[in-house]
Amino acid sequence: MPDLSINFCGVRSPNPFWLASGPPTNTAYQVMRAFDAGWGGAVWKTIGEPIINTASRYGSVDLKNERMMGLNNIELISDRPVEINLQEIAEVKKRFPQHTVIASLMVESKRATWHDIVKRAEDSGADMLELNFGCPHGMSERGMGAAVGQVPEYATMITSWVKEVARTPVIVKLTPNVTDIAHMAVAAKRGGADAVSLVNTFNSLVGVDLETFAPRPSVAGYGSHGGYCGPAVKPIALHMVSAVAKHPEVKIPISGIGGISNWRDAVEFMLLGAASVQVCTAAMHYGFRIVRDMIDGLENYLEEKGMNSAMELVGKAVPRVEDWGNLDLNYKIIAKIDAEKCIGCNLCYIACEDGAHQCIRVEERPLGDLRRGELPKHVPQILEDECVGCNLCALVCPVPGCISMVEVNTGRPPMSWKQLQEARGRSPQCSVEELLSKGSA
Amino acid sequence: MLKEPAPKLPLEQLEANFADINPPLTESQALEEGSRCLFCQDAPCIKACPTGIDVPQFIRQILTGNLRGSARTILGANILGQSCARVCPTSVLCEGVCVLNAEGKKPVEIGKLQRYAVDPVIASGTQLFRAGASNGYRVALIGAGPASLSCAAELRKLGYEAVIFDANPQPGGLNTYGIAAYKMRASEAVKEIEMIRALGVEIRNGMTVGKDIAIPELERDYDAIFIGIGLGETEDMRILGEELEGSYDALSFIESTKSKRFDQVEITKRVAVIGAGNTAIDVVTAAKRLGAEEVYMVYRRSREEMTAFDYEYDLAKHDGVNFVWQAMPVRTIGNGRVEALECVRTERSSKDARGRYNYVPVPGSEFRLDVGMVVKALGQKRRLDFLQQIPNLELKNGCVVVDPKTMHTRNPHYFAGGDCVNGGGEVVDAVAHGKKAAFGIHQMLEVAKGRRAHA
Repeated sequence: MPDLSINFCGVRSPNPFWLASGPPTNTAYQVMRAFDAGWGGAVWKTIGEPIINTASRYGSVDLKNERMMGLNNIELISDRPVEINLQEIAEVKKRFPQHTVIASLMVESKRATWHDIVKRAEDSGADMLELNFGCPHGMSERGMGAAVGQVPEYATMITSWVKEVARTPVIVKLTPNVTDIAHMAVAAKRGGADAVSLVNTFNSLVGVDLETFAPRPSVAGYGSHGGYCGPAVKPIALHMVSAVAKHPEVKIPISGIGGISNWRDAVEFMLLGAASVQVCTAAMHYGFRIVRDMIDGLENYLEEKGMNSAMELVGKAVPRVEDWGNLDLNYKIIAKIDAEKCIGCNLCYIACEDGAHQCIRVEERPLGDLRRGELPKHVPQILEDECVGCNLCALVCPVPGCISMVEVNTGRPPMSWKQLQEARGRSPQCSVEELLSKGSA
Repeated sequence: MLKEPAPKLPLEQLEANFADINPPLTESQALEEGSRCLFCQDAPCIKACPTGIDVPQFIRQILTGNLRGSARTILGANILGQSCARVCPTSVLCEGVCVLNAEGKKPVEIGKLQRYAVDPVIASGTQLFRAGASNGYRVALIGAGPASLSCAAELRKLGYEAVIFDANPQPGGLNTYGIAAYKMRASEAVKEIEMIRALGVEIRNGMTVGKDIAIPELERDYDAIFIGIGLGETEDMRILGEELEGSYDALSFIESTKSKRFDQVEITKRVAVIGAGNTAIDVVTAAKRLGAEEVYMVYRRSREEMTAFDYEYDLAKHDGVNFVWQAMPVRTIGNGRVEALECVRTERSSKDARGRYNYVPVPGSEFRLDVGMVVKALGQKRRLDFLQQIPNLELKNGCVVVDPKTMHTRNPHYFAGGDCVNGGGEVVDAVAHGKKAAFGIHQMLEVAKGRRAHA
């Protein structure tokens, strides 16, 4: 049986699945329910001077039948006193000593205030601290959250204040609402951060009510920008995690966050460098029970891959994230349609015709009357010489395995754009085609 | 006594028995079902619909919350889209060719979605279409069934004056009187026609052409005439006793369920129905719902050769109908009123010209079904009596011969469509004919001859 436990900054966690700081980790009651369900850790809902929330707070984006593809919130940090939260953390740690409890903190940008909260949080028994430099709404207007996370100097400074007194590992949670998140990770590390977690939510306005013109979620007919998360943001978060993982000046553990709903998502984050993953929206949608399949799926996957520990996954795909300029320009694939599997929807045709490179041909469908037994098979054809291998047809095809992208041997050695540029410099008299045909060899 | 009336069921029970067999989708069901549509390019469902409704488009419009646009997409192609949503044999039309079938999945429930989009518009009386600017041409249409209604609506959109002459008290033809009540009520069919009237189509009910208005008069007053008279009475069984009380033909029986309260329709404990087409199914299922205890469906051929659609057969089976395959009626027995039907077994013999097996009586195999009602559902007679009054019409097997593109008859003044052309088809076929005829008329009059000066 593969070992799912992880070591994150020296803290052992029973598995890499943590609940992110948010509504599901608001109380000891919830966190203990989560640990009973199988979660390995929880980042407590951010503790600070208690706030007052609005009603409503959440808005979402649905896709056909899929609810909450994206979730937006204008909820703030904990609305309960610091003391109560810390007492509850202590209670949870007492009952679940093996599980990871991380105190998420956000206070005003004063050194003494940070020193005070760090000490109190550690006294409660929290295993680690997470500094919330990411909250994009409400708190940032008070000089906290993203207001800190968007200015590298502030992030470095406050992290260093925390590190002056902290005895437990310090994770800095990064906001994605910056030009280059890796830059912010570097700033956190400069301040002494032991790890980073990313991403916090994205600035968003989730929609407008077409009847009332009120932005969603609406508070008495008005709305405010909020933080966007859920499955819709996963690709952006994956990119950001990989960018931080690749950055030579960061090199500290990463806790991955952003639209993780199942074990597959978690594996992707881990492959791109996350040592633990944090989940919020999926737990808000379906409850803590989703972790059962996350654990089971990860175990099966590791077993199938012949891995003994979840830690083996961490960063395995990072070397495969390359600059575009290093990709092989001589690699060629083309689409193949399996006529047996094709159901004749023509979606590949219209996608290629209007949205790509006009490489699929199809006859107009004749009028057909089933009452006369007419149902002619109708299969589009790939113009193989024209196909640029873009994948679009295979992506829109609704039938699994019907369109596959098949490698074509061009006989050319690999050559990237960077290599091509160099070759152009060396042999300015040669055409691009000539240079490409020779390859980098 | 077997010929005695079936025990009277309370009206509420009868109403429940005839409740919609395909209840409308809720919003959430419609969104879920609609989201299964792949939005095929050059979709087969469009090609399989005789009226060419842009199905993927109207489903997409349901999903985007543009219900009015969805109804416009449907009714723009098929002005009787409400009826067709309920009565079309979708399993052999749009749904039968849905690409999801090819993947072993259930096809998208296009009929139900169509109903979802159209029902609110019909119910609220929202007018989605406007008549075109008058071009001064006048077209008369004979019969107010689906073919004429569709033709007239299309003509109005093009700016023609359209006047329908119909012998019945209510418009709609078989769409009003001939559809099983659990599929559609007469009031619903008539309500749908309001949208056509509102376009400016004039419907003169209770007017029999050739009696209340002379054919030469029509020819004089109208620039073109559309024949949409449908078919005639049910074929005779040509057996003894057909005149006995308790003998019905399928269409009048169904009409009585559509025009009377259910508790006023005559029904006996045991009923025999002759024939195995879709109309025969409508009769046996109606008889069961009215309270008949035993209903026999007598068919001279075998189960495999019955012409009813599979889903109609399933409905009759579900209703507990007794199927008497390979038997034909010999005579109706009774003293003034039906007491029994004598039948004889048949056996397969040679093939006929169309490649169908003939079935011939087996001598000595007579048997008797004790019933109080016999309903013949044998297909309808051609209306030669009427058609022969119109000069120069070409007829084949009693049906009007037309150019299939324009629905133009051999007499240049006349166009024709619907059952009187195809010998009996679906509502949607008649609507398609009417549409084509409207464009045929438009081609002949306005496009070829030019707009009238006084228009």
